[in-house]
Amino acid sequence: MEVDFSKFNWSRLMDRFFDGEVIGRWIDEVPRALWQTIQLATIAEIFGIALGLFIALGAIHRRRTVRVIFRSWVELWRGTPLLVQLLFVHFSFPLVGIIFTPFVSGAFVLSLNSAAYVAEIFRAGIQSLERGQIEAARSLGMSYRRMLRVVVLPQAFRRVVPPLTNELVALVKDSSLVAVIGVVELLGVARLAFGAEYNSSMYPVVALLFLSITLPLTFLARALERRLSRRGARSWVDDDRQLLVSLSSVSHGHSGVPG
Amino acid sequence: MVIDGLVKHFGDLEVLRGVSLRVATGQVVCVIGPSGSGKSTMLRCVNRLEQPTAGRIFVGDVEITAISDERELDRHRGRVGMVFQQFNLFPHMTALHNVMTGPRHVLRLEEAVARERAQDLLGRVGLAEKADEYPDRLSGGQQQRVAIARALAMEPEVMLFDEVTSALDPELVGEVLAVMRDLADGGMTMVVVTHEMDFARDVSDRVVFMDDGRVVEEGAPSDVLDGPREERTRQFLNRDR
Repeated sequence: MEVDFSKFNWSRLMDRFFDGEVIGRWIDEVPRALWQTIQLATIAEIFGIALGLFIALGAIHRRRTVRVIFRSWVELWRGTPLLVQLLFVHFSFPLVGIIFTPFVSGAFVLSLNSAAYVAEIFRAGIQSLERGQIEAARSLGMSYRRMLRVVVLPQAFRRVVPPLTNELVALVKDSSLVAVIGVVELLGVARLAFGAEYNSSMYPVVALLFLSITLPLTFLARALERRLSRRGARSWVDDDRQLLVSLSSVSHGHSGVPG
Repeated sequence: MVIDGLVKHFGDLEVLRGVSLRVATGQVVCVIGPSGSGKSTMLRCVNRLEQPTAGRIFVGDVEITAISDERELDRHRGRVGMVFQQFNLFPHMTALHNVMTGPRHVLRLEEAVARERAQDLLGRVGLAEKADEYPDRLSGGQQQRVAIARALAMEPEVMLFDEVTSALDPELVGEVLAVMRDLADGGMTMVVVTHEMDFARDVSDRVVFMDDGRVVEEGAPSDVLDGPREERTRQFLNRDR
């Protein structure tokens, strides 16, 4: 490793990474590729969240066998490389008679992969609720399902918005891995361009385009978070403040409520 | 309500070693005793938040220890109101909606009917003007009064109070006890686990002293609190003074 600024070469840097002519030759491929990425990410996020919630409920099921099955499923998808999952599904399924287009294989694997992460987020959110909430609901005579719907999930949802945003942003970027099974989405265009021109100028372009998807997503999540915390209830902000109070060895016992 | 020979083990730990208790309709029974004596566990067995190891519990004509069907158990829990030490209000709902939860989602009453009942009850606990506040904007005493209203909204046959003033600042205890006193005067059947001796003396029909998973002594408040027969009761009351 060395650092040697005398080798700084502005014009080669610009030629290799910001060459307007190369970008000009490939820019027409971008809208279609951008659309592919948006479609992939959207499908995977919708199925990921829906499936993830279902798996999370299975992972906290009262029956042990059900829990074990669902938790193993999560570990399987979370603990193996996404790249291997993509290759395996796309190239082994045809051998059992299931032929997916690259796009369908990609959407399928991304959905299941993100569902595993989303499930863990929901599970943590649900299990972070105080036991008393569940006891209060049950002692009113609420059934398990109704308690989930009326008491547990509404509270869990607002707690999981920040980690869920994190996961969804990561998913947008991970969707670029489907290039390995031949889906020409954003990163795929940059790779094609590099192969044909031996020039990297399309990489910064698609990077910016990824940013143009993830940034609105982040802003949307922030807005949602603010909206939810305005409507009463403990937000993360309140929790942090309570944590600071209890950490800062101030000895006046805090009741957390205005007197 | 009848408890007969209730035993509860947590693993190797024997929390209740055969507790029997009879509470007639309209009676108020206060349960006192040192912490760890099994008072709370007994209450929690009555609405099956804990599963009894042995013994039988009846509420009205129903033997609740014999219920195995989930739905049946839910129905039973709806007939027994419970108020907790930590209030346990639902933080994502206003005071009004907290009280409406039972009528709406368990009794399946119409929105308007549930709302009216909830407003009445909030009025009864002196919080009509706080209906639209979220719990985190209410004091501990106010939260606990909402919690009482929430339990009452199910029109329970018996109310269980589990150290409901223990988590409150001293100046807020009075307002909660006043609501409970009201309720007792109105003829509600109540089992109150408490450390408030004055409340026990003034309001209850009977006081039960528990220690180490057993009922040590029970009787009229003046007898148990002022002239206890048992040595352990005396020790407890003296220490408390």
